[in-house]
Amino acid sequence: MWRRPFPWFIAAAALVYALYPYLADDVGLRESLLLAAVYIILASNLNLMIGYAGYVNFGNIVFFGLGGYICLYLVTALHWNVIPAALVGGVAVSSLALLFGLGILRLRGAFFALATIGVNQAIQQLVVNFEPWGGATGIYLSLESYGSLGGPMQALWITYLMVVGVTAGSLLASYAIRNSKFGLGLLAIGQNEDAAAVLGVPTPLYKAMVYSASAFLPAVAGGLYFFKSGIIEPTSAFNLQTSIEAIVMVMLGGSGTILGPALGAFLYEELRGFLLTAESFSQFQLVIAGALLLLIVQFVPGGLLGFVHQRWPRTRRWLE
Amino acid sequence: MIGILASVIDGILIGAVYGLAAMGLTLIWGVMNVINLAHGAIVVIGMFALYLIAHSLGLHPYGAVPLMIVFGFVVGIALYWIGVHRMIGRSELMSLLSTFALNMVLIGLGTAWWTTSPYNVQVSMPALSWRGYTFTGTHITAAVLAVVIAGLLYLLLYHTRIGKAVRAVATNREAAELCGIPTTQVLAMAFGLGVALAGVSGTLIATMFPFTVLSGEAYQLKSFVVTVLGGLGNPAGALMGGIALGLIEGLATPFMPVSWIPIVEFGLFVFCLIAFPRGIFSFSKA
Amino acid sequence: MSTLLEVSHISKRFGGLQAVDRLSLTVNEGEILGLIGPNGAGKSTVFNLINGVYPPDTGRIFFAGQDITGEPPYRVARHGISRAHQIVQPLAGLSVLDNCTVGACFGRQALPLAAARKAAREVVEMIGLGDRADSLAGSLTTAGKKRLEMARALSARPRLLLLDEVLAGLNPTETERMIETVRKIRDSGVAILMIEHIMRAVMSLSDRIVVLNLGTKLAEGTPREVADNPDVITAYLGDSKLLTAAERPA
Repeated sequence: MWRRPFPWFIAAAALVYALYPYLADDVGLRESLLLAAVYIILASNLNLMIGYAGYVNFGNIVFFGLGGYICLYLVTALHWNVIPAALVGGVAVSSLALLFGLGILRLRGAFFALATIGVNQAIQQLVVNFEPWGGATGIYLSLESYGSLGGPMQALWITYLMVVGVTAGSLLASYAIRNSKFGLGLLAIGQNEDAAAVLGVPTPLYKAMVYSASAFLPAVAGGLYFFKSGIIEPTSAFNLQTSIEAIVMVMLGGSGTILGPALGAFLYEELRGFLLTAESFSQFQLVIAGALLLLIVQFVPGGLLGFVHQRWPRTRRWLE
Repeated sequence: MIGILASVIDGILIGAVYGLAAMGLTLIWGVMNVINLAHGAIVVIGMFALYLIAHSLGLHPYGAVPLMIVFGFVVGIALYWIGVHRMIGRSELMSLLSTFALNMVLIGLGTAWWTTSPYNVQVSMPALSWRGYTFTGTHITAAVLAVVIAGLLYLLLYHTRIGKAVRAVATNREAAELCGIPTTQVLAMAFGLGVALAGVSGTLIATMFPFTVLSGEAYQLKSFVVTVLGGLGNPAGALMGGIALGLIEGLATPFMPVSWIPIVEFGLFVFCLIAFPRGIFSFSKA
Repeated sequence: MSTLLEVSHISKRFGGLQAVDRLSLTVNEGEILGLIGPNGAGKSTVFNLINGVYPPDTGRIFFAGQDITGEPPYRVARHGISRAHQIVQPLAGLSVLDNCTVGACFGRQALPLAAARKAAREVVEMIGLGDRADSLAGSLTTAGKKRLEMARALSARPRLLLLDEVLAGLNPTETERMIETVRKIRDSGVAILMIEHIMRAVMSLSDRIVVLNLGTKLAEGTPREVADNPDVITAYLGDSKLLTAAERPA
């Protein structure tokens, strides 16, 4: 993979993204870049399901929230350092996803999509009733929890760097998968699942694997993000609206490509920032997102990158 | 034990309305192979239609029922042209996202206008008492109306030319087109019908319970469960599936907190999909 | 010639219809077995049972000595059975080359990606789609898609190829070309089980023929034997005496 230019490009971009606010010592910039980075993570991992395998995971936010809860629980109750805690959160959530995936991925199309919403709502409900995780109030971090990273100020910078790392990891993983046998099998499933099976693609296993893979990095990111926020509670952890916005981001930028979801996430965040400040539009966030999705799906189903590829076919080669 | 029987019968009454809602969903699905993820939003429209008609227009609440059927039909045709027409024949993923986008827009607009506060429409109907059990008048009326509307749908589908056209397009669109049926218009009408059914079920629900803009989601899940129980594209199965679901809810309500019911339904949904892919009440051929 | 595929007393019922009724047949290595019969005879169902789309109600299926009854399609493909469908199923958004690479990656040989791409390219060249290798599969003509269907099935280097009416919808030139291709495939060592309606092709290509009617085996033998069989003629045409001597298959 490192013999091609693209991964180096991602690594370089990530480096710039990480260091720029640090060198400029701009906390405000860091915060907005962090949020954008989180969205890119959500969108590009979701893309593995939507863009490669053709399955819409409406409830994708459940990985983020659950990863956050596991990490924060380990940090507060068992006094772990955030880095192993977040990683364990990632492993736990993706293992659960593998088991669960084998079950619900027997469902096709809309049934699967609805089932993922159900999973998110069910887990949210369970967490609300789960006292060790703070029930409806959630988990709060005390200042001491940041001690292991050298105090709150430094911890926030370190967390930012790690989140950017996870973002780069997501894009590189998308690239690696895309150019692997596993990725080819997924794309075949996304085109025509029955034909793929006849060709020998082990569809049940691959679907479960991609569902699990798409859970890992968002779960880690959830741990880092909620650690930075200092608090996690059920409503924001399992926020279905964010889940839906991730779908719009993937479709906006171009599903099935690698940069597409990142582009879509970035653009959508810009759009949202603009809308939130424009007083009259803030209520209509969901309406605008919905209208955007409607237009994209009907007229530009390939998203921005898809449109570019169609208009200038040579870009297919290098603009992935 | 006494309470459970009353709960079960009440569940069956409400179940008839679930069946009506699901009929809208399964009709659209069966005719044009589109899964309408805006279904919940339309149920909400029906609910608020009752509120507007009863409060703002001052009409008798049950007068809203025929009005909603007409209004729902018109809205359905509009929605078809806005968001569904171009999705026909494309991959399922695309029509899912398209109807989902419609849902976002509708719920977003609804939230902007009505916020997420609960609304209630007071409908007074004489209750029925029998051997010491009391059955709410509105529930009985809603169930009766649901069955009547279902009957009307049956008459429409099986005893009119339009109904025949709809069934023809559902069976084989190309062949229907070759027979001279304007299939696109038929699809639009079928969608309108489905939306009308979903909308009027929302109106009936609003006569029984308070509601918010977000209530539609729960009923959408219920409709999907019912559709799975009754078999895809099978309106008669949907009615029976709805009653069955109502029965199950009636059995469960005395024993568990309300917030757990959607989770039970979700579990039932996933279980039925995996165990009975063709529906339990399915009459369709394999 | 040893037995490659052995189908033993398989049946399949769909609701009220007995699509296949206790059918047995064998395909030997290196031979072309034609499977013919009137429409609705159950031929495609037999293919679906062999490659695992659904399991048979009764009976067993053996491939190269192994019992593959009821295995899902992707396992059957691994054993070395490939299929070209009657209604083409291209992976439309992927290139022609990628389509065949999928076959090479996940079929019997289960090659790693780079080797699979090479193998796929060879097959694409062989089947005559070399100049369209990087085009999207969805952009091919119908004849091109049919050839892609074959190429994809071949990329897995199967031991048995199921061909489902691959000649349907082709003009005379394309038909000749396809017949030649089928022969080439057999000569390269792949056994073929072929459903076909174009009698001229079936008669000239098949080593043996099985005739199916109403889900059961009506006749079996060399092309000559089957053509002269009055039951077969009746099944197709209704009355064997209606054929003049000139019309009887040679």
